[in-house]
Amino acid sequence: MEVTLTHFLIVSTILFCLGIYGIVTRKNAVMVLMGIELILNASNINFVAFSRFGNFGLQGQLIALFVIVLAAAEAAVALAIVLNVYKTFVNVNVDEIDSLRD
Amino acid sequence: MEIYDIIFYLFAAITLLSAFFVVTSRNIVHAAFYLLFTFFGVTGIYVLLGADFVAIVQLIVYVGGILILLIFGVMITNKITQVDIKTGTVHTLPAAIGVGLFTGIVGAVILNTEWRIVDSPMPVATLSTLGEMLLTEYVLIFELLGILLLVALIGAASMARK
Repeated sequence: MEVTLTHFLIVSTILFCLGIYGIVTRKNAVMVLMGIELILNASNINFVAFSRFGNFGLQGQLIALFVIVLAAAEAAVALAIVLNVYKTFVNVNVDEIDSLRD
Repeated sequence: MEIYDIIFYLFAAITLLSAFFVVTSRNIVHAAFYLLFTFFGVTGIYVLLGADFVAIVQLIVYVGGILILLIFGVMITNKITQVDIKTGTVHTLPAAIGVGLFTGIVGAVILNTEWRIVDSPMPVATLSTLGEMLLTEYVLIFELLGILLLVALIGAASMARK
């Protein structure tokens, strides 16, 4: 069976769902960030795959580059927030940081 | 089966297995190192899709930048003196059922869709075309992303120093 667009889409689907699973189940905020990175990678695989097998030129690859830049900015800001949360609460478990609820 | 297919299945297996270990491993440092293999696998998939520049940017930015940042986050927010850095999980069973259902539905939709595949030849070198697009058609987005990176840099630095 020849590898075509479907194979790449299936791989990116499974990667996306693993990322969702990581975000939903993990307590540590850094692990939640790792799940987000998995999801961004899955979306990038989709963009590049459609750019290869569709008739769009290289626009898909360009958008994949933009997504990588956004991921870098997101990781930097999110880790700064995690650092502040750690200074305030002494842990980074997302289920214990609920002082807004009180 | 051609060599292309074998390499694709190899990289897909590396990506998905290590991604599975990222979300299931209880040790955060192990998870970060499995994430390294996930990024390498995704890089291989980009190369198979003929996206050489995106693959190299993925390697430099993700492995060289984001992963190091995440590992620093792990080191700063856990007392590194205790040897095993564990992380807890919450409601795994409902999450597994929901995610499994979602994977099944999306996979079925993908398999049952008649994709119109254009038989375009494998692009030889994408760098010059990407550079031209970046500085002509997409120059506004390019500049905006530059400003965004600057804002993120200043914001992260000022937030972390407080």
